[in-house]
Amino acid sequence: MSARIEPKRPIPVNKPLIRLYHHIYGDMPQHGLIRISRSICPVRFTAPKRFLSKVTQPTSELPDRHHIMTSQLSALALRGLTKRFDRPAVDALDLTIRVGEFYALLGPNGAGKTTTLRMVAGLLRPDAGSVSILGIDALADPVAAKQIMAWVSDEPMIYDKLTPLEYLEFVAGLWGIDPRASEKSARNLLISLGLEPHLNERCEGFSKGMRQKVALAGALVHDPRLIILDEPLTGLDALSARHVKGLLQERVRTGCTVIMTTHILEVAERMADRIGVIASGRLIAEGTLNELREQNGRNDTTLEDMFIALVDTEAAAA
Amino acid sequence: MSSTAHLTWFVRHEFRLAWREWLAMMTGGRRRRNRAVIGLLVFAAILHLPAYAVVARYVDLRFPLDPSSLIVLTATIFLSWALMLSQAIESVTRVFYARADLDLIMSSPAKLTNIFSIRIAAIALTVSSMALLLSTPFIDVLVYLGGARWLAGFGVVLAIGLSAAAAAIAVTAFLFRVIGPSRTRLVAQIVSAVIGAGFVIALQVVAVLSYGTLSRFAFLTSDTAARIAPAPDSPLWWPARASLGDVEIMMLLLAASLVLLGVVMAVFAPRFADTVASVAANPAAVTQGRARAFRSGSRQQALRRKEFLLLRRDPWLLSQSLMQMLYLLPPALMLWRSFSGTSTAIVLITPVIVMAAGQLAGGLAWLTISGEDAPDLVATAPLPPSRVTRAKIEVVLIAIATVFAPLVLALTFASPQQAAVTAIAIIIATASAAAVQLWFRAQAKRSQFRRRQTSSRIATFAEAFSSIGWAATAALALTIPVAALVSGILTLLTLAIAWKISPRQA
Repeated sequence: MSARIEPKRPIPVNKPLIRLYHHIYGDMPQHGLIRISRSICPVRFTAPKRFLSKVTQPTSELPDRHHIMTSQLSALALRGLTKRFDRPAVDALDLTIRVGEFYALLGPNGAGKTTTLRMVAGLLRPDAGSVSILGIDALADPVAAKQIMAWVSDEPMIYDKLTPLEYLEFVAGLWGIDPRASEKSARNLLISLGLEPHLNERCEGFSKGMRQKVALAGALVHDPRLIILDEPLTGLDALSARHVKGLLQERVRTGCTVIMTTHILEVAERMADRIGVIASGRLIAEGTLNELREQNGRNDTTLEDMFIALVDTEAAAA
Repeated sequence: MSSTAHLTWFVRHEFRLAWREWLAMMTGGRRRRNRAVIGLLVFAAILHLPAYAVVARYVDLRFPLDPSSLIVLTATIFLSWALMLSQAIESVTRVFYARADLDLIMSSPAKLTNIFSIRIAAIALTVSSMALLLSTPFIDVLVYLGGARWLAGFGVVLAIGLSAAAAAIAVTAFLFRVIGPSRTRLVAQIVSAVIGAGFVIALQVVAVLSYGTLSRFAFLTSDTAARIAPAPDSPLWWPARASLGDVEIMMLLLAASLVLLGVVMAVFAPRFADTVASVAANPAAVTQGRARAFRSGSRQQALRRKEFLLLRRDPWLLSQSLMQMLYLLPPALMLWRSFSGTSTAIVLITPVIVMAAGQLAGGLAWLTISGEDAPDLVATAPLPPSRVTRAKIEVVLIAIATVFAPLVLALTFASPQQAAVTAIAIIIATASAAAVQLWFRAQAKRSQFRRRQTSSRIATFAEAFSSIGWAATAALALTIPVAALVSGILTLLTLAIAWKISPRQA
């Protein structure tokens, strides 16, 4: 599918404006009569025009993906993020991921990847630091941050007694999406993931791969601007994995930001715009594949070799 | 490894599994073996006190008894058998569906008939052990006060445990054959719940219809029952005679139970492998949902809709609810009778209804508040946790209102004042049960409903005391209002202590 960016340019939608909306209308803005740049604006609005006129600017420009990625607005900005359990799991982590980027977060088991992402998703409260999602302070205003974000864990958590369509209806309802739009979107998503014959079957008999696909469809049905996936390809067969990868790449092409952890380094190598390597709760390397190669001093090395070298060096230093 | 060594090893394995399952039930999955054993011993020791209060007056009982006593004793033994049968059906279903080692066993070179024979025996022994554990304090008291003849009671308990396990295996295997593996799980759970409660409820229904009282002994001690009872030498009274110290009959019953279990093992053990294989091949039947358009509504509505849908489709809850509804049958019948009479016994309906509401609310509150299968999804949804909690509590309140409103409404025609007291007590009992679940919430899968009591003993006791307390308060409010005040304050105090020591307050 070709890249298609909505004809809008960056606009100054930020937390104060979201707060203003809260103040005036008493609920989170939902989605829209007037579509604002989905790559930039953290929310979609059903707000009356009198409010939208305050926050939108008409534009006829069509920014390309490079423009989005090099824009100043970061999809995710972590500053000094810290979480301790019996030892530091995440240690004053600084990380910036740009809008429209496919970012792969790699690291050995117990490096702090999942803990970091769970803090971003609002599932864990950090001990220190800040989390900013498309300009929204996720710790101060978690509801606004969650509105534009989706989380998929490696263990698909779905309801056995619901059908995939019922599950997606529930998710769309939770995110306050118009049922007419979400139903069409839900069907398309499930069909594109190869679940068409199972749309109305309860999930209790599904394999892990099918459950993972339902969970992924649930994450995408509300059209999030930031998608966080923790090992999304675990348990998927080759064809399903390809479906999922295709779907994620399509989302990135439309300006969505994807952050993914994976132990399948080949996937990171082929899909990610940038790769971050985390060990002992700290970011030890970051960049595009070529930048990592340059840092490593060898242009023909594989990501697997670089990853092992980096982690070994870190382990030796520790 | 020789065949005998193989079997011995498997027997050890089975007992280790049974012990650990029991330990997990008792400790909520936390490995505190010593504490559990000490707790069990202390519990058994303390149980001697109520046992003394209950059975001390019967130490001089000897055969022949008068017909009424014989009927009551036989009915009590039959009730114990029904309860053990209920527990055994659940154990058998768990072995078919939940044990994670079946693939390993089926793929091993061991002879499956022998392996499953041992597994059937293990179920029988587990059921009997639990029964022995609970009956030991009562038999101890009888032996201490009345002599060694009461030791025959242990033999009777063992006999009814073994026969109940044999019957459970036969019932479950029959269900597999008739309705298939996918439906058996649900039906077996419902059958188990109905058998557990059915006997008592049937006695109450007969008592209400015949004598206008909720006492289950009314019919058993009536002249009618004595008139239709068979002669004292009838085999129907053998269990009662054995428990009164007739060693010969006790040995006969024990032998008959062992033979029954042996027959069941011989008949069903070879088929066990096929049964398990059919479950594995068909872990859950493909159940088609109803295709319909997505519905609009607020986020809380979406949450409530989901909760109601899951509650409707939850087989465990269905069987539990069915049991609650069965318990409501006798008071409902009594209510119906009271329209044509002037009996003051109608007051007894209120505590039964309030208690049932509290218990049902506790189960529902656990399912909606703690039993969330997709906690990450709900936690990452864009709505504050307080709204999620509110929506879940609303589900409990709506469900309780739906079940109990018709009864309260019917009560309004008989006694408006009693209906008002009952309605208020139902609301308070429901709110208390939901509050306890909130204070002690521990995220779990809905499938762990059976073990919900193990996550917090304090929560379990607080929930039970609150239901009993509000039921008593409601009954007293209708009869001795001053005493109701004391009972209400005591119940509030219980809840306050539970709140104080709940994890959030600690």
